Amino acid sequence: MLDFAPPRDPLPAAPGVGYKPQHFAAATGDPGAVRWFEIHAENYMGDGGRPLAQLRHLAERFPISVHGVGLSIGGEDPLDEAHLDRLRHLCAWLQPASFSEHLAWSSHGGSYYNDLLPLPYTDASLARIADHIDRVQEALQRPMLLENPSSYLAFAESTWSEPDFLSELARRTGCGLLLDVNNVFVSATNLGFEPRAYIDAFALARVGEIHLGGHDRQSDDHGAPLLIDDHGRAVADPVWELLGYTLARSGPKPVLIEWDTDVPGWPVLEAEAARAEAVLARAAAPA
Amino acid sequence: MSNTVKTLAVASAVAAALSAQATVANAQAKEKCYGVALAGQNDCAAGPGTTCAGTSKVDYQGNSWTLVEAGTCEEMELPAAADGSARKGSLAPLERDLPA
Amino acid sequence: MTVPQDLFAAALLDPARPVPEGLTDGAGRAAGRRFDVYRNNVVVSLSEALATGFPVIARLLGPQNMAGLARLYLRAHPPTSRLMIHHGTDFPAFLAGMPQLAHLGYLPDVARLELALRRSYHAADAAPVAAERLAGVGPERLLACRLGLAPALRLVRSDWPIFDIWRFNTENGAPKPRHEAQDVLILRPEFDPEPHVLPPGGAEFVAALQAGQTLGAAGDAGLAADPAFDLAAPLALLIQGAAVISLAEEGQDR
Repeated sequence: MLDFAPPRDPLPAAPGVGYKPQHFAAATGDPGAVRWFEIHAENYMGDGGRPLAQLRHLAERFPISVHGVGLSIGGEDPLDEAHLDRLRHLCAWLQPASFSEHLAWSSHGGSYYNDLLPLPYTDASLARIADHIDRVQEALQRPMLLENPSSYLAFAESTWSEPDFLSELARRTGCGLLLDVNNVFVSATNLGFEPRAYIDAFALARVGEIHLGGHDRQSDDHGAPLLIDDHGRAVADPVWELLGYTLARSGPKPVLIEWDTDVPGWPVLEAEAARAEAVLARAAAPA
Repeated sequence: MSNTVKTLAVASAVAAALSAQATVANAQAKEKCYGVALAGQNDCAAGPGTTCAGTSKVDYQGNSWTLVEAGTCEEMELPAAADGSARKGSLAPLERDLPA
Repeated sequence: MTVPQDLFAAALLDPARPVPEGLTDGAGRAAGRRFDVYRNNVVVSLSEALATGFPVIARLLGPQNMAGLARLYLRAHPPTSRLMIHHGTDFPAFLAGMPQLAHLGYLPDVARLELALRRSYHAADAAPVAAERLAGVGPERLLACRLGLAPALRLVRSDWPIFDIWRFNTENGAPKPRHEAQDVLILRPEFDPEPHVLPPGGAEFVAALQAGQTLGAAGDAGLAADPAFDLAAPLALLIQGAAVISLAEEGQDR
């Protein structure tokens, strides 16, 4: 499998989308505003067959961002070296433009929960996660991006704010950050903070990629709004506004549309990318 | 099977393969949809929020679970137990023992 | 008040446990049903991965039964693999162990067939030996050869008509399953795994090839299982299914 090494260019400061196999023909035939694709690493850890053949075809034509969802970087357990080895193998073969993972855990005591689970922001968790990031970057021989989570609850024991926690991780490990603007909006609504203040506090110079996705609206025990990061619909208007606010401060960045459940046809997804392109263009225009 | 018979069988299998049209695999090929391609994908989306899917206290006791309706099982009219003799390819109709 | 991941994980899968203390809504109030977002996501995402991984089992049982079984399964067998493409490895054995399903004796074997199709789909690629080369070697020398088989090849043996059941639930208008035992050979000539019913003796033939016996010896193994066995058809299936990937005459490495 190690017969393929396209040049490693950075992601363009342009729209990308999360790749879905059902879009293969449409996306490669008429990508429209879409300039790059993101894949979930774990879906390409088989030994061969169509998934890897499609990915090769895609990577010969577009920059690829590899987004891991199963490494459990925020876990109390040591990193799974076998999983890290699979990631190393995938990245060595694909030479992607970027590798990213989440500030979350998904595995504990040998069980895998298939969800991005939250963690407290303390000195102890900071030290542990910094060690994990060091190990990932050493294994992959490249810097990674770490993504801010969607939060539905908070830990009373936390002593760091999330933006400061992420900044400090980036400072200690040299990793970049992946800023999910929808996650900021979801967490801000759910935990009652001001999303623009979060963006202001975020280490925007470290951001290598921005994510956008749709969310669902529910409520908690007290009737307060509880947003669910379901990636199952179009990006909400206030999230587009927050993207504009962010890009005006950060400058142009690669912007990804994530749509993972109730996946629409290609034209609907491409239209979301075109909307991101318009926001990027406004941010790049002189004031 | 004598070696002659086997030799003839191998020759006919190779001849059949030679005459079959060779195809070249490519990633664009339309897939036969057996549901394999989209089976079990990892993603980073959240699910159904605060619905009761994961919080029902009654649905995780194995011995209290009951089969409530039976999809296509009932349409197939297969017996409840396999008969080893069926491996011989017997086409004789056997008594049908419908699922309860 | 700290919430170690042991405690968080235990409460995730056991709805009878209270929400761990120390989790709040951001204003200091107890997290309450906010914790359910995680509980639901674990249960629903793993249940959906199981249903998409075993579409024929899901059709056979209907959505309500499948959802209930998936919830039992994930608590009895929390996934050990981080790859959802491999989710459900223990599901056939789990089905076999459910007394409520004992009257549907074919379910575990159908689940094994579905798992084998998925494994074949994700198996490594391997270039087949060209038919021209096989023709060049000649039948007599071929009989003395060991055949290397493609990584995507799978053999699933059953006392049930698992191919017929699979087809009845995947193809519109497919006939009702016959009452017979079926051994299924899965080949992947390109990217799509294709199941084929083997004739009597065929499974012994393929298993002997898998075990590294020569083509001639494998033919004898088929014949020992069924006096009417003819290796021509299963061998043609293997060659046309791109499943023969190497040749080695006896005494050589494949």
